[in-house]
Amino acid sequence: MTIDRRKFIIVSGSAVSSALIAACDSRGPKGAQKLLRYAERKNEAVERALLRHTSMDSSIEGSRLAGNALPSYYVSKTVPVWNEAQRGKWTLEVSGMVDRPLKLTLDELQKLPRLTERVNHYCVEGWTAVEQWTGVRFSDLARLAGAHPAARYVDFQSFDDNYHESWDIESAMHPQTVIAYGLDGRMLGAAHGAPARLYSPVKLGYKNTKYLTKIVFMPVRNGGFWSDKGYEWYGGT
Amino acid sequence: MKSTRSHHPLVRITHWVNAIALTIMVGSGLRIFNAYPAFARKGETFCCYPWEHKPIPRAFTFGGWLAGARNWHFAMMWVLVINGLIYLGFIYLHGEWRDVVPRKSFPRDAWAMLTYYLFIRERHPVQGKYNALQRGTYFILPIIGAVAVITGIAIWKPVQLQWLTDLMGGYAWARYWHFMAMVVLVALSMIHIFMVFTVDPQALKSITIGGYDESKSPEARNARPFYHLFRRPEPDAATIAAHPSLTPTDSFETARRPSRDDTPEQKP
Repeated sequence: MTIDRRKFIIVSGSAVSSALIAACDSRGPKGAQKLLRYAERKNEAVERALLRHTSMDSSIEGSRLAGNALPSYYVSKTVPVWNEAQRGKWTLEVSGMVDRPLKLTLDELQKLPRLTERVNHYCVEGWTAVEQWTGVRFSDLARLAGAHPAARYVDFQSFDDNYHESWDIESAMHPQTVIAYGLDGRMLGAAHGAPARLYSPVKLGYKNTKYLTKIVFMPVRNGGFWSDKGYEWYGGT
Repeated sequence: MKSTRSHHPLVRITHWVNAIALTIMVGSGLRIFNAYPAFARKGETFCCYPWEHKPIPRAFTFGGWLAGARNWHFAMMWVLVINGLIYLGFIYLHGEWRDVVPRKSFPRDAWAMLTYYLFIRERHPVQGKYNALQRGTYFILPIIGAVAVITGIAIWKPVQLQWLTDLMGGYAWARYWHFMAMVVLVALSMIHIFMVFTVDPQALKSITIGGYDESKSPEARNARPFYHLFRRPEPDAATIAAHPSLTPTDSFETARRPSRDDTPEQKP
């Protein structure tokens, strides 16, 4: 059978365009999801290989602090506020594979060596914001608690519903990863994760758990609120 | 006789893999962009994009939601890059690069094509496998593609590869250049597709299953976009000499629409 040019163009053109129309604004073919997950695992390996504790984020010269323009996200219906009357004094629990489990009040947290850093916030949506965080380096807390070398992952849990995100230990030990209680020179407000939150420029915003209550050292990863919904678990920058 | 306009199978495969990968990259990229359709850092303004905070129409996006689009984007980027490297490596080793690297005569040839398309010049210039405008486009496309990839890496790893991101003026600018590279790629691709359908539909066959009938080339048909809507002059002696299949009795009508009982010697 011979196919003339006109017919060929019509057939191939309509096949391609109908495939495109079918694919547009869909999540793509279901069978592809396995391949996408495979690619995500490979990308994670690349990203972990690229991670250096000496690669530091620095805000660009002349950039302004985002201040009130910094969006305030939480998953509860209303701004999560720690209710002392109901739940007692807020403490940060450091547990899991550690020699000395800790329960730190905000005062105790503030007495630990503090770091103030002016860095970028990289949101998964594509925006950035310059912020100045004050807090305790995660690596200092890990040392204080005597984290076990076999603890390769850390889960950061919150009182914002069941929000949590687990991290690889290498990213958590990065010198710019802090348990922050101060933002732009003031104590952290309820909109941005008070009393304390995780912050690091080496991870996308959603990995940085706000309204922190527990830090759990683990031998395996523990997913996360957004990671379980389909966002990359690694979420590195 | 095999036409010089035929494409090597590897070029045909990489062309279509690239077409699919690029379409998915653009669609998923626009969906990612729609999560924050602006370039300004929070609390600042951005000078150079007039449509800040105006999302791209959903119909042009792919991936369904932000995470879906990101997963597609970060998977397809490997296909795009590896396929691009195979293509570039192949044309470098196999010699096809000579067809796309602009020659010394580029300004003159491009001017000739431009004046021809603007109806100033009568006859289609004969410039080989690709005319100067095609050469320029096919030469610049991989370069813009490389810009898209490098700016993409800069916004993928702005901390671990901060030197690269800084080179582009920081994250917001790297994102802007990534977007602009996409705009150029899409614009050139649109022109490319437009020219295929309006000037040289046979190219669609030659890039898919190969083969090319020289007697139906744009030069032989003196084809401008939508050439069939215009009255065409009879081929002159030089064109007939260059394309022996265009015998004087073979009018342009039959050259354009060959019938089943064409003279057998026309078919190889």
